[in-house]
Amino acid sequence: MTRDEGTYRAQAERARGQEARTEGTYKAQAERAAGHTVQEATEPKRHRQQTKMVAPPNDYLVPERDALFTPVLECRHLGIDFGGLHAVEDFNLMVGKTEIAGLIGPNGAGKTTVFNLLTKVYQPTRGTILLDGQDTAGMDTARVSREGIARTFQNIRLFDSLTVEDNVKIGLHNQVDCGMWSGIFRAPRYWLSEKEFHDKALELLDVFHMADNAGDIAGSLPYGAQRRLEIVRALATNPKLLLLDEPAAGMNPVETEELMDTIVRIRDDFQIAVLLIEHDMDLVMGICEGIVVLNFGKVIAKGTPEEIQANPQVIEAYLGKQE
Amino acid sequence: MDKILHMSASTRSKLITYGMVVVAFVLMQWLSSAHAISSSTTGLLVPICVYVSLAISLNLVVGISGELSLGHAGFMSVGAFTGIFAAQLLTDIIPTPMLRLVASMLVGGAFAALAGFLVGIPVMRLHGDYLAIVTLAFGEIIKNLLNNLYAGFDANGLHFSMTSAQALAMEGGKIVINGPQGAVGIPKLSTFFAGFLLIMFTLFVVLNLVDSRSGRAIMAVRDNRIAAESVGIDTTKYRLMAFVVSAALAGMAGALYAQNFSSIVPKKFDFNTSILILVFVVLGGMGNIRGGIISATLLTVLPEKLRFIGDYRMLGYAIVLIVVMVFSNNPQVRLFIDSLREKLLKRGGTNVPADASEGGDAS
Repeated sequence: MTRDEGTYRAQAERARGQEARTEGTYKAQAERAAGHTVQEATEPKRHRQQTKMVAPPNDYLVPERDALFTPVLECRHLGIDFGGLHAVEDFNLMVGKTEIAGLIGPNGAGKTTVFNLLTKVYQPTRGTILLDGQDTAGMDTARVSREGIARTFQNIRLFDSLTVEDNVKIGLHNQVDCGMWSGIFRAPRYWLSEKEFHDKALELLDVFHMADNAGDIAGSLPYGAQRRLEIVRALATNPKLLLLDEPAAGMNPVETEELMDTIVRIRDDFQIAVLLIEHDMDLVMGICEGIVVLNFGKVIAKGTPEEIQANPQVIEAYLGKQE
Repeated sequence: MDKILHMSASTRSKLITYGMVVVAFVLMQWLSSAHAISSSTTGLLVPICVYVSLAISLNLVVGISGELSLGHAGFMSVGAFTGIFAAQLLTDIIPTPMLRLVASMLVGGAFAALAGFLVGIPVMRLHGDYLAIVTLAFGEIIKNLLNNLYAGFDANGLHFSMTSAQALAMEGGKIVINGPQGAVGIPKLSTFFAGFLLIMFTLFVVLNLVDSRSGRAIMAVRDNRIAAESVGIDTTKYRLMAFVVSAALAGMAGALYAQNFSSIVPKKFDFNTSILILVFVVLGGMGNIRGGIISATLLTVLPEKLRFIGDYRMLGYAIVLIVVMVFSNNPQVRLFIDSLREKLLKRGGTNVPADASEGGDAS
């Protein structure tokens, strides 16, 4: 009893939004229990013990403003094995509709593997992924993209030989339609769609002040610009959830500062959720609302940046145990 | 003029390519009508058109889609034999030779597309070298199937057999495809003008496809398959699209090729022919349509022009091939040519020597 209560209190403290509901449940339970003792004499004989029913503890966390909306992403007991290695195990995560969430952990913790599971580069061995309430089981990478997950890559993967504009147009592939025959025989549909492609591409490039580079070959861009172009291309797919794999890698502090502004602006303008992997703690602590820490494929902590910074397990994972 | 200056680089490049073909056609037409060229060269005109079209269509797979296909001659042969069959069936229905040729090329293209689709389903599960080997195998399979195919028609309709001509059980009528002997007594429908139209059509299809939503998807898959998937592109669909369109165009070229001769055997469309087309593409530069056109023309004419050295003809051909490959791909040679060109430009004004500019084009 006391242990249960303790668990509940801890959970309530963590999830501020749930506090009121938990209290309500408790009160109702207490009343039911009290009523029971009164009626006991008149009821038929029971063949069971009196069971106390409670809501199972879960450690989902979302920003308060998103609590009433369907979460954009929900992972339940997600796991994948490579041979005998449990690369990711019992990964539970909820990302709110407009949340900026961080996924951190030491090298080799399985962060990119989680991204690969979410985008179905790997099929999970166990568990469920719900994207905006819809189960993504059996979908392939392209389908998941159409359903609303966009990503960038740790090692940049652009269409190197094509122009910046074409890269974004390819990102827009499923947003504008034009079939093969219309394309070959230059049907009116083709001219309409090309105008739409061009306008939308430039509009998106403008968000990152890259419209002037539209005609450049993507592979010839400087590193920072390539990273930004990857984000633009991902945004072009009109996602609900944007996965960024080390967006600040190789950027200097000024560029990182700019990137932080941009990520927040993307969230505000497009009203989408962002889940990012990053080693740059200034960026993670600067913009992430909820943080998940992964170590050896397992979640070791979840919470706000402040909670994570103070968490002894996280400090141990990163810095080792203090003697 | 003002309009030309303002159009995009890709549009200008396209127009140059079309223009080049038109100018070459008009020039050759004028020369042959003035009897300024030998009859052996005139006989080469249709094969040149066919090989140019094949080089353009294979470029769609090798250069644009980035897959090495070694079975292009297989699709050419499907188009050739179905085209001949269609032309003979349609003899009474379409009396005009030119229209009959066009109809037979469309039928050949359609059947080659079907063959490309059927072959493409298993082939598109593979990548890289494995894909190349399997396309090679399918090219051989198609050749061997045609080697055993007997087909004809009589008053009762169409007859097909995979065993012998007798098994067709024909009552009169005509055997069009006679196993390893191939097709004989083909009426010569192909003309230089038809070849020119085929090149223009092939160019039109390939250049327009590349510069469209589908073409961008094809090139995206070539540049980075994982990234293409991550933005929601069905990679198999677009690789297959390039493969099937390429096969269809090869089939049309095959139909034109076959009807340039009085007889044709399946053995003609073997591995060597596939490699020959691939050489055109690689020499012209993978993905470089214009380069492919030039190299296909030169390499078709070259063996004929080397006849004067008799037995050493193919040796000369090979040496030319090696020299061009080395020159166009060696960075030092390219630097040397560039510096040479600069020096000559400084001294001789704007006159670029022909050989230097050619070296640049081949890259």
